Amino acid sequence: MRLRWPSPVPRRATAALAALFAVLAVAPIVANNYQLSVLTLVLYYAYVGQAWNIMFGFAGLLSLGHALFIGIGSYASAALFVHFGIGPWAGVFLAVALAVAVGCFIALLGFRFAISGVYFALLTIAFAEFTRIVCDHIGWLGATEGLFLPVSSRSRIDLANLRGPPEMFYYLMLTLTFAALGVSRWLLHSKLGYCWRAIRDDPEAAAATGVNVFWCRMAAVAISCAASGIAGVWYAFYYNNLFPEIAFDIGKSIEITFAPIVGGVGTLFGPVLGAFLLFPLGELITGATQRLGLEGIKQFIWGIAVVAIVLLRPSGVWPWLWGILGLAETGEEVRP
Amino acid sequence: MAIEIYANVLIAGVLTGLVYGLSALGLSVIFGVIRIVNFAHGEMMVMGMFLALELFRWFGLDPLWSMPIAAAALFAFGYALQALLVHRVAHLPEHLQFLLLAGVATVMVSAGQMVFGPDARGAQVGYALDSYAIGPIVVDKVRLFAGAAALGVAALLFGFFRYTLLGKAIRACADNHQGALVVGLNVARLYALTFGIGAACIGAAGAIILLLVDVHPYLAPGYTLLAFVIVIVGGLGSMPGALLGGVLIGASEALAGFLLVPSLKSAFSFGVLILVLLLRPQGLLGRVAAP
Amino acid sequence: MSTALLLVRGVSKRFRGLAAVRDVSFAVPRGAIFALIGPNGAGKTTMFNMIAGMLRPDAGAIALAGLSLVGKRPDVICRAGVGRTFQIVRPFRGMTVEENVTVGALVWTNDVAAARAHAREVLELLELAGKRSAEVHSLTLPDRKRLEVARALATKPKLLLLDEAMAGLRPTEVDRMLGLLRYLNAAHGLTILLIEHVMRAVMALAQHVIVLHHGEIIAAGSPGEVTRDRAVLDSYLGAAVP
Repeated sequence: MRLRWPSPVPRRATAALAALFAVLAVAPIVANNYQLSVLTLVLYYAYVGQAWNIMFGFAGLLSLGHALFIGIGSYASAALFVHFGIGPWAGVFLAVALAVAVGCFIALLGFRFAISGVYFALLTIAFAEFTRIVCDHIGWLGATEGLFLPVSSRSRIDLANLRGPPEMFYYLMLTLTFAALGVSRWLLHSKLGYCWRAIRDDPEAAAATGVNVFWCRMAAVAISCAASGIAGVWYAFYYNNLFPEIAFDIGKSIEITFAPIVGGVGTLFGPVLGAFLLFPLGELITGATQRLGLEGIKQFIWGIAVVAIVLLRPSGVWPWLWGILGLAETGEEVRP
Repeated sequence: MAIEIYANVLIAGVLTGLVYGLSALGLSVIFGVIRIVNFAHGEMMVMGMFLALELFRWFGLDPLWSMPIAAAALFAFGYALQALLVHRVAHLPEHLQFLLLAGVATVMVSAGQMVFGPDARGAQVGYALDSYAIGPIVVDKVRLFAGAAALGVAALLFGFFRYTLLGKAIRACADNHQGALVVGLNVARLYALTFGIGAACIGAAGAIILLLVDVHPYLAPGYTLLAFVIVIVGGLGSMPGALLGGVLIGASEALAGFLLVPSLKSAFSFGVLILVLLLRPQGLLGRVAAP
Repeated sequence: MSTALLLVRGVSKRFRGLAAVRDVSFAVPRGAIFALIGPNGAGKTTMFNMIAGMLRPDAGAIALAGLSLVGKRPDVICRAGVGRTFQIVRPFRGMTVEENVTVGALVWTNDVAAARAHAREVLELLELAGKRSAEVHSLTLPDRKRLEVARALATKPKLLLLDEAMAGLRPTEVDRMLGLLRYLNAAHGLTILLIEHVMRAVMALAQHVIVLHHGEIIAAGSPGEVTRDRAVLDSYLGAAVP
């Protein structure tokens, strides 16, 4: 059974997207604190899912240690803030630079030593775990006790230092998520996007057609890591505390992949759709089984969702939906 | 420092490493034959641990006696997993197979958390604090028994693949899938059998290691990674390699934990993994070419 | 030779114990159409792979308009002016016909719109314009072969390497392809080196034929000369019992 990668953005979907944005923009007005925090998390996973998707869906590199790049972004910006008083808007540059450097280093190792597929995934896991354990021992970054950001009043909005109420973080993540969508769309329609899609289908034929496979892949890695680094900065300032066990956790790395896989790897809307499917579902089920005290039911449901998707609709929900709703621009059959 | 202390640490490491090696054997068998990387490895090991734990709590059964039971239970689980789920993704791209098992692993970890709770529990056997002294060398009884049991099971496994008809049939599948089909072997059933056997090894290792370690659901990812390190160092698809790798990793972890800060010893293993992946992906004794 | 576009000198390649190509030398002048023929396993595709950069020769030199190609990556060689097709077609399955060809055009421009425009022109030339929005899986084999050629042409090559482009085509389709190639050669000065088993195409198109057998050149000359050569006939049909 061959996987088909559906081609980018149908016009009708863009309209639906605009409607979604409008709804999400006014959500904080009607939602309570709990609902807002869930929505924020949904957007966070939609965003990092897109970042991960660029590395895998577009460059073909399976990363199961993506929490590494997010964690680097978190710790870099947090350390700058806590130890040097440098705000996040300046700190993000270092965060991104570091995340990109580490990501490109790992990718370079992969290319240099011709590692691909599962072995590359293991390499990413190894680096993430290594960093987690080492970070546990760096006192300057808080070690196992954690790194804490000073929390001022939560009601005052201090955008410069990212101190403020949850609504501020919500709108920031909303902006990031939709910006990522816009950037991804632009990229897919650019020369780089064409090259990525060619490499994805047949790297050798792409090279024979003049595509510089190495640079295109590195570009995908760099973009993916940069986006992840930014997510890390947001994460640090939203939660105000960082622990290596959580920031670089392999469980987190795996969770990041769920939304894109369920939604549709390699598609534009897959990660966003997946996040909007999995998270509300998870919260619903957790709420419904509250009385039973089932710790971990959310991950249980997600795991089942991933297994179901891989067995039944490996291309993901988005291509399937696209086929059903007939959102294709031309008149042809679209097979998911 | 006195040489006896190093020797003791080393021996303890080697014995623990034998148990690691047994679990890695399970991973290696599955990969060597079916070419699937079992990402739910650690979860299966923890399953074996929990089984042995419950048998100890309810019946006072020594984990060493629960080992065959854990092996049988995990055999059934592994067989079912391959026959019902894994074979359906055999023709899909490699990353999807990996992700299927990652999904299964997530289900198992969270199920474990739901049923057993997050706290660590252990099985304190009567002889937990005993040790043998041979001259200046002191060996924990539990560790010695664990290592011996692991070695015993590994020997059984080697014997099975070498001398029994079924074992040879499975090796035939591994060597030449098409050829095996052509000579009439029921490859699908043999694959399920293989997954079951691999899972049985893992389950046995889990039961044994309960003698040495307390169990909680989040132990699983660590064991998965450890098994990968061992199998890659020792060589994917090589059974002696898995045991050798286990012993090497066990010993080096013990020494690293002793010489450096103990909590950094896992970092050491990952450092080794990175180096091996880069410099010699086929491992020390590997036959199977790196994917 | 200053008029040679492609210069191959003393090229050899071994695979473990097997000598696939043995000390092969030839020169393809600018604007010529040369054919590389020989029985299966003669080393023709290996030769192509070495020119296109997918394989590295063990010995010898390969140069395009004086620029050495040995050791360069396939995409660098493509940008230098070598377009190639594969014996078994390798289209980009997730992309439409037009998108496939656009990838080729993007070799010489960064402007996607310009690349697409050029892609459409090339598709017109290959009579695929009507199917430009079609998905690859809906194409017939002759269409896929034309797509393969279109994609290579879109890169604006100086030298086109065609690997059995006629295989599997019906006589009328072969004629269309021949007509197109002759046109490209005459009107655009495209230099063509083709591997071919369809002798009709070789006779009709090639100005000069090189015959490979067991990795060595056993004959070279005009199509007429080569097809009457004793050694060539022996290699194809087996040596006659004396």
